[in-house]
Amino acid sequence: MSAGMEENVLELQGVVMTFGGLMALSNLNFNVRRGMIKAIIGPNGAGKTTLFNVITGSFPPTKGTVKFKGQPIQHLKAHKIADRGISRTFQTVELFGNMTVLENVMLGCYTRIRTSFMASGFVLPRSRRKEKRIKESALKILKFIGLIHKFKDSADSLPLGEQKLLEIGRALASEPELICLDEPAAGLNETETHVASSLIRAINAKGITVLLVEHDMKVVMNISDEILVLNYGQKIAEGPPQNIRNSPRVIEAYLGAGEV
Amino acid sequence: MLRIAKLPIAVFALAIMVFPWTAHRIPAIEHYPDIMVFAGIYCLITMGLSLLMGYAGQISIGHAAFFGIGAYISAILTTNYGMNPWACMVIGMAVTAVVAVLVGAPSLKLRGHYLAMATLAFGIIIFIIFNEEIEWTGGPDGMSGIPGLTLFGFEFNSVERYYYLVWGFVIAAFIFTVNVIQSGTGRALRAIHASEPAARAMGVDVSRFKILVFVYSAVLASLAGSLYAHYLNFVNPATFDLFFSIKLLIMIALGGMHNIWGAIVGTGLITFLSNEWLHYFEEFEVIVYGAILLFVTVLLPEGLAGVPGIVKGWFRR
Amino acid sequence: MEKITLASQLLQYLITGLTVGSVYAMVAVGFNIIYNVTEIINFAQGEFVMLGGLIMVFMNVAMGLPLILAFPATIILVTLVGILMDRLAIRPIRRPSVLTLIIATIAVSILIKGTASFIWGKDPFDLPAFSGRNPITFLGAVVQPQYFWVMGFLIVTAVALSVFFDRTIIGKAMSACADNPDAASLVGINVKQMILLSFALSAAIGAVAGITVTPISLMEYDRGAMLAVKGFGAAILGGLGSFPGAILGGLIMGSIESFGAGLISSGYKDAFALIVLLVILFFKPSGLLGSIEISRIKRF
Repeated sequence: MSAGMEENVLELQGVVMTFGGLMALSNLNFNVRRGMIKAIIGPNGAGKTTLFNVITGSFPPTKGTVKFKGQPIQHLKAHKIADRGISRTFQTVELFGNMTVLENVMLGCYTRIRTSFMASGFVLPRSRRKEKRIKESALKILKFIGLIHKFKDSADSLPLGEQKLLEIGRALASEPELICLDEPAAGLNETETHVASSLIRAINAKGITVLLVEHDMKVVMNISDEILVLNYGQKIAEGPPQNIRNSPRVIEAYLGAGEV
Repeated sequence: MLRIAKLPIAVFALAIMVFPWTAHRIPAIEHYPDIMVFAGIYCLITMGLSLLMGYAGQISIGHAAFFGIGAYISAILTTNYGMNPWACMVIGMAVTAVVAVLVGAPSLKLRGHYLAMATLAFGIIIFIIFNEEIEWTGGPDGMSGIPGLTLFGFEFNSVERYYYLVWGFVIAAFIFTVNVIQSGTGRALRAIHASEPAARAMGVDVSRFKILVFVYSAVLASLAGSLYAHYLNFVNPATFDLFFSIKLLIMIALGGMHNIWGAIVGTGLITFLSNEWLHYFEEFEVIVYGAILLFVTVLLPEGLAGVPGIVKGWFRR
Repeated sequence: MEKITLASQLLQYLITGLTVGSVYAMVAVGFNIIYNVTEIINFAQGEFVMLGGLIMVFMNVAMGLPLILAFPATIILVTLVGILMDRLAIRPIRRPSVLTLIIATIAVSILIKGTASFIWGKDPFDLPAFSGRNPITFLGAVVQPQYFWVMGFLIVTAVALSVFFDRTIIGKAMSACADNPDAASLVGINVKQMILLSFALSAAIGAVAGITVTPISLMEYDRGAMLAVKGFGAAILGGLGSFPGAILGGLIMGSIESFGAGLISSGYKDAFALIVLLVILFFKPSGLLGSIEISRIKRF
């Protein structure tokens, strides 16, 4: 490992999240090691999306720290966290429907390459060059995720499976070190799920750490290095897939859902 | 909607250049260039507002205030202190920018109706100030004797000359705005409009952008105000009332909120309606505006810019 | 002649403030009724007040109808306008977004204003006071009896509304809609009708305010906008959605305006309420009686 490459990309210590009287996350402690794929599972309402929102800066935790590469980030706003190198997708796809597929990914490059308002208005040569670089990066990503043939289409016109891929592509454009995927397989059929899983593995193979929330157990068992199980905002189990599969506490939490 | 090609802009600019010459030869529309001067001045305001409302998704019902601040600063500094009008224009824009930041920063954190009300209240407060600070502004009677514009000895003292001056500014601002829309910055704006959480997740500082666009639209309105003052050589508070802010809204809604061409078309139509076509039906004026706004809101949400899409939809059936 | 002491001067301002504030309170209550059921802020709320005043002038002065007939007749007419507004401007909107609804209510407000100016012209109109104009002296302050009519009607309105919402089936249905429209429609409540009712009710209350205040401050075609903004300020001050808040907010707003105009500057009278509105929006949008969570959860 080179200097400055921390063992843990993400560390949560004592994270508590309360909304009014409701405790959504309760004293959460866990780490995500660099280069791993870690999945967060749990019954509905367990607090998974709240956890994502805290990590990515939608709101600060009521208590506790979130450290990214050793630096605390829990007080930072979402756009600053994105600048630091964390990217995310959303549970219900939040694409920019008023733009094309290509433009969505180009927006993903925003944290890396920016032009000022005035420079944009006067179309200075420097901003033209930047725009060219952005376009090239975006096209490369579209090739990587297999959507290059639809680059001119409106993002709204894509079927759900491709929309999810596009959202992942957009998240890749910022060259993140950690990518947080919120239910990447939700609503997908068998083929689409397979494509999504392969993509996630390919992303991980490039050295990007992946944290994902998912309900589809096949996917989770297949691609994760480690699984964390949440129930009522608390960690009830953490470990490699086979440990989780056999854990009585986990089976009990899911009893009735018939998902394991 | 987005591929704003260069050709239509060139054609439009040409049409604008040729128009006064044409109007001169048709007695019925000889006075149209005068109306077009006002249309141009209002276009400066509506272009900025269109960026704010159609692209950044924010609303302002108080923009008459910025129009007025520019007008009154130009009026006061040139008439009472004899300062150079061009310098005063820039001073007006700078002051307006500061006011816009002071008002915009807390307001743009608000959403929807709260933002609308905040801008409305701000607009009315400024209007009251124009009426009450009689020592500075001349109060309800207004200020007259505002000098015209001169550049290196060339006087803009005819309708035609002022027409070219104003529309020169409009076309320049139009090109600037279009460039912004088609750039990465414009992409960020459209992202904000489509999904603020996703924009934030991609590193866009949404609050800063909203203020930026707000200030840009305010500065354009201030420029328009200065041009207005030097054209009429007279200003009074009644021009900058709540109803004018609403008229600006109608111009944008009519043309189409999500389209910068829409702002130009809508502004032109409403200006002609106001200064020319409704001239003899003054009692109906307000009713007509209300009816237009209601009609557009309920039946034509994309304004006139949405008409080609609707017609295409008919043909597909 | 009695010496005008500072105390009686202040009392004068207070009573004027409470009277004006009662009007703002009624506008604020009207805002809340519609807002609670639809989450729409009705920019045309002030026009109902204006119409109440001017239509009453028509009924009572032009047509010579006695007060006891003209009052309810006016209210019915203004209520009809409210119903028309819902049917023609709100319900037909296919993709209601916050921006669209704001613009729709603005459109209606200028339509109403334009129609009023067409029918009645731009001059202000007067109404005879309900119980005459012999001033009442009260602890050194000189007060028109009509002031007490205005405040009285605020109390009547407040009591009537609380009975309506707490004790009648329709009222409870409306409250249910306000809390949770999906659940309400699941139990068989016709949400669209409740929305219609909310507009009707708000219009009626606005009309009452207009009728009772015209004998004091006259009424003209363009008074609506200012009343709407100040009424909204009152509603926000008290906490948007809260009826006691609206009343408290209105009375406070009116008093601030009255004291400001009397003690600081009468030219800037209108600005005081607006400045209060801005201060609240910027620093405590949940208002006095509202809660931060509610203001975050509501769509805006």
